[in-house]
Amino acid sequence: MALKFPIFMDAQSTTPCDPRVVEAMLPYFTEKFGHPASRNHPFGWEAEGATDAARARVARLIGARDAKEVVFTSGGTEAINLALKGVAEMYREKGNHIVTTAIEQRAGLDTCKRLERQGFAVTYVPVQPNGLVDVDDVKKAITDKTILISVMFANNEIGTIQDIAAIGKLAKEKGIIFHTDATQAVGKIPIDVETMGIDLLSCTAHLLYGPKGVGALYVRRKGPRVRLAPMIDGGGHERGMRSGTLPVPLIVGFGRAAEICEESMPEERARLAKLRDRLQDTILGSVDEAFLNGDPERRLPHNLNISFAYVEGESVLMGLNKETALSSGSACTSATLEPSYVIAALGASSELAHSSIRFSLHRFNTEEEGDWVARRTIEVVRRLRDMSPLYELAKEGVDLKSIRWKAE
Amino acid sequence: MAYSEKVVDHYNNPRNVGSFPKDTLGVGTGLVGAPECGDVMKLQIKVNVQTGVIEDAKFKTFGCGSAIASSSLATEWLKGKTVDEAAKIKNTDIVSELKLPPVKIHCSVLAEDAIKAALADCKEKWLKAGAPAASTT
Repeated sequence: MALKFPIFMDAQSTTPCDPRVVEAMLPYFTEKFGHPASRNHPFGWEAEGATDAARARVARLIGARDAKEVVFTSGGTEAINLALKGVAEMYREKGNHIVTTAIEQRAGLDTCKRLERQGFAVTYVPVQPNGLVDVDDVKKAITDKTILISVMFANNEIGTIQDIAAIGKLAKEKGIIFHTDATQAVGKIPIDVETMGIDLLSCTAHLLYGPKGVGALYVRRKGPRVRLAPMIDGGGHERGMRSGTLPVPLIVGFGRAAEICEESMPEERARLAKLRDRLQDTILGSVDEAFLNGDPERRLPHNLNISFAYVEGESVLMGLNKETALSSGSACTSATLEPSYVIAALGASSELAHSSIRFSLHRFNTEEEGDWVARRTIEVVRRLRDMSPLYELAKEGVDLKSIRWKAE
Repeated sequence: MAYSEKVVDHYNNPRNVGSFPKDTLGVGTGLVGAPECGDVMKLQIKVNVQTGVIEDAKFKTFGCGSAIASSSLATEWLKGKTVDEAAKIKNTDIVSELKLPPVKIHCSVLAEDAIKAALADCKEKWLKAGAPAASTT
């Protein structure tokens, strides 16, 4: 099959809608346009039935036993905001301390920063060089004022999967609410909020082949019953936690996307991991001083993050961007010129943080695409190294750290 | 962020990539920036000792496309200029030629720094060698 350009390999920023998802959504724009809260006519009943079915699909995907525990939001960012701010406000009497990690998404980190300005204390637990949080470090960070532990399920840049079950167990023992930002993990790897001891879980549809503009927050109802102060006031929809007319077509799409992910997960995981490993082996086998970021084993199957020493990430992307969509750092930070804080948190030199490239695969990528991207990446990196003064110095045997750099 | 056509052209067809032997009389090397800032430029000029004219220039850059373009353009402009003329190249000239957006202005500043550093290095070596310093400023 002929390759179609540009090739999309930036699936941790967003994914294309699965055509089956769009098909499921379409009737809800036109014939089935009712308001799910309209309790006294068939239009409303139909819409409510559709959102309930979607809610059940999403609940099933994350192992929630009760579909009512799923609260729809506008996306992952809102779900994370609601979880953190909602708990902070509701449990303020109980304590003012939050434990999180240094590699959370911006939505998590920036919400914590705001809470700090409002008088909360936040501990940002560091990660080990492989990107994993040491559960002991989380334990040590807990104080008698801790009301919330928030640790992401899988990282958006390096794909590292945290030991969520162990952190959930710890949170249970200490009687602390546990939130996980699972935006990158839901639909990709098995998740069970019950066995993993998760009290709050954020996710979004557009990363699992659903539409943009809808996400969900799982809010545990039993053992313990988690209460949240709402961020948006209004008609009291979503058990009072998130008012606003439900975007029925988006929710229907989310439900269908969740259903497809559940059905295809075992096969898709294996296929993407194989594709990813091939990409990784080809690149690391052909380029010297290229380093894998994150844990090689505990990693999302579709994620590959490599730092190419002596070349700058944006310049690599520029060499590829006519034909391939990849990312350097995350899409959230690529509008700034800061190097990746995630790679920096691994303890790598900041130069390597400037050199990271993320390949993230999706359902529709093929082996031919993988091979093409690998080949082009290798070519571009080699070309850039030929014009890199750092590569030249390193090849001459100069220790780059011995040079007194004149920073601006 | 979309790049200007000129930046893309310099990125795809960089002019004068390479190196001169550092210790040759008449060669000046400027190495500016820092790896942890994501930008390092090495810019070299080869000056005719008699005339003070820059006969050749080369660069190597670690950095984004705009940094590569800024240094590539600088080498193009340096060739054929006297050292005095070269010292007058301003970062703003590079900004307007390459249509750099505000977030990329630091790339042009770095290129100007590299030119200045190469000129200074050339002069220093010149003085050390006891050559007539009349044609440098």
